[in-house]
Amino acid sequence: MSDTHAETVAYVRETMLPPEPPPLAETGAIKWLRENLFSGPLNIVLTLIGLGIVWLVASIVGPWLVHGVWNANSMAECRQIIAETWGQGTDGACFAIIKHRWNQFLFGFYPQTLYWRPVLAFGLLFLALAPVLFADSERARRIVLGLAVVLTLLVASLLGAGGAVLLAAALVMLGWSALIETRPGWSLLATLVYPFIAVWLLWGGSLWGEIAALAGFVIGFIVWRLLVVRFGLLAFALGVVAAVAWWLVAAGPLTSSLAGVLPLRLQPVSSDQFGGFVLSITIGVAGIALSLPAGIILALARRSDLPVIKMLAVMFIEFIRGVPLITLLFVASLLLNYFLPPGTNFDIILRVIIMVTLFASAYMAEVIRGGLAALPKGQYEAADALGLDYWKAQRLIILPQALKISIPGIVSTFIGMFKDTTLVVFVGLFDPLKAMADTIRASFEWKGAYWEPYIFVGAIFFILCFGMSRYSMYLERRLKRDHR
Amino acid sequence: MTAQTNAAPAMTGETAIEIAKLNKWYGTFHVLRDIDLVVSRGERIVIAGPSGSGKSTLIRCINRLEEHQAGKIIVDGTELTHDLKNIDKVRSEVGMVFQHFNLFPHLTILENCTLAPIWVRKIPKREAEEIAMHFLTKVRIPDQAHKYPGQLSGGQQQRVAIARALCMRPKIMLFDEPTSALDPEMIKEVLDTMIELAEEGMTMLCVTHEMGFAQAVAHRVIFMDQGQIVEQNTPKEFFNNPRSERTKLFLSQILGH
Repeated sequence: MSDTHAETVAYVRETMLPPEPPPLAETGAIKWLRENLFSGPLNIVLTLIGLGIVWLVASIVGPWLVHGVWNANSMAECRQIIAETWGQGTDGACFAIIKHRWNQFLFGFYPQTLYWRPVLAFGLLFLALAPVLFADSERARRIVLGLAVVLTLLVASLLGAGGAVLLAAALVMLGWSALIETRPGWSLLATLVYPFIAVWLLWGGSLWGEIAALAGFVIGFIVWRLLVVRFGLLAFALGVVAAVAWWLVAAGPLTSSLAGVLPLRLQPVSSDQFGGFVLSITIGVAGIALSLPAGIILALARRSDLPVIKMLAVMFIEFIRGVPLITLLFVASLLLNYFLPPGTNFDIILRVIIMVTLFASAYMAEVIRGGLAALPKGQYEAADALGLDYWKAQRLIILPQALKISIPGIVSTFIGMFKDTTLVVFVGLFDPLKAMADTIRASFEWKGAYWEPYIFVGAIFFILCFGMSRYSMYLERRLKRDHR
Repeated sequence: MTAQTNAAPAMTGETAIEIAKLNKWYGTFHVLRDIDLVVSRGERIVIAGPSGSGKSTLIRCINRLEEHQAGKIIVDGTELTHDLKNIDKVRSEVGMVFQHFNLFPHLTILENCTLAPIWVRKIPKREAEEIAMHFLTKVRIPDQAHKYPGQLSGGQQQRVAIARALCMRPKIMLFDEPTSALDPEMIKEVLDTMIELAEEGMTMLCVTHEMGFAQAVAHRVIFMDQGQIVEQNTPKEFFNNPRSERTKLFLSQILGH
């Protein structure tokens, strides 16, 4: 310290001060309590009121949970057991309904012997997603892959899958995992093929149908790829025409003749046998997977310089956002039938997926448009100045940043849409929350069980939605690169 | 700064940029009025002027970041029209450095530099990385190649921006107030890089308030006001013998202290 200059006006520091540790303040729980709960009269009062509410809720819910009965064959039996053990007039949960009917909440009317198929489809979903969701985090990816393989096989075997099925499933999953770890690029192709495998597993029938559908996409892609240099956007239209022509003309006969040679057939399950979480997750996953790309295209269209494209996007988005989802679902289930030629069998789940996708994509487009608008103009200018064309600039510069900004909004839309899948109850599908619970309550034994199914279904929804939310937080942390 | 740089112009006499009767409006506001300018290959021009005089708009017209409504701009033999192919061609020949760097924050320094060579020039990745490292070495930050732009200082970021533009091997470089957003300590490192570039014979158009740089490097100083070229001359004449009153006022204000 240089106090020698203290009395003169001119001052020269001769020694720089070294950093010192902060003063020893009290730390730990007491400090935390004092700062966070009892920092002033108002906060003391609020803390006490809060404690009171917690105690009130716990004193009502607590006994109800504690008195819960897991082993019973009907509501009446539950009530009797509770009355006998805890005294007449006490309230208690009857979780026996979950124990007896959990399979219907999860699988609806899906044939019991085939439960392994939705389970396998769900397990494979994580294999399809792992290389996308955990592209640059080897550890997280391996944990997810390992859990998916082990849990899928375990659950499938518990649900009575045969030895041959388990062996085949194990081989496919291990092979696929090896592909993901050794050739990540190729595994993305497997991810693109996944929807066709999932459809086959869920609905059954001959695999050739799915292969023919996939071949249509491949043909369309090849046509576009070959012609895009010469014809530009027209090549895209030609690709679509080629694919549609394939599906309408060649796919049908080819499928039946190939199925004659090698069946590759699973027992068919019709859409009205779907229900519970199998239905919700099928619609939810399909809607999520389709609405993100659709939303991106719509958002770009709405910011386009071409007036016609911009107007179409605005009209679509505003129309869809202005109409309740239930309206769209009614259109899907009732009105479409009037417009389609008689005798056409347009699957109800497919119709609902299309409507849910349209609905979510309009919201998605606005969320992504927010991200696009948040990017500084300089990013567009720098991309332009380097000679990148529109699509390259979007793909390499703009969208990676805009989507990162939009992650919270995108995931909110996903979660909202997944929960909205329960609305399919209004078009006669068996959602887990209302239709499935009502169906179970319709049987005499479980009449009057309301809280228990809601808690069970609510808990599963919470786990799935919370999982998505945590993933989005993880992703935001991982992509945090601006170091601001 | 070396004073000899502008003593012997390395001009070949070939035309790099030709601008004739250029006019541009923002709505009803007439930003550029009858601009005529011919830039030779190897020529270095500094454009000065008060804010709002249209100097940034002028150089942004040269790579069509701004669209002009009347007049002609021919860059390296290609006229800028609505033809997107011509625009992309011109943009890949013209490098640009911005006031706010405009690096891509989600990509590393190296990826910033290799992106355009790989996707526009179709150069193999490894070769593009070699080129990028060459130019990063040249701007003296090869050791930062794997960091993200947010981890670098302003001066370093601007040097990366220069390297990024150079990786496209441009024939012309445009600088839009490259040092205006920098701390005084960092301005010099960016100007040094620009001077090195000038000494190699790059065709350069710089919008800048760095009059020292103009004196050391420029072949020609252009002074703009109200969307017009008010005066142009060699730096020596421009600074010692300004002719228009507007120029004298500007110089007295900018060099006054």
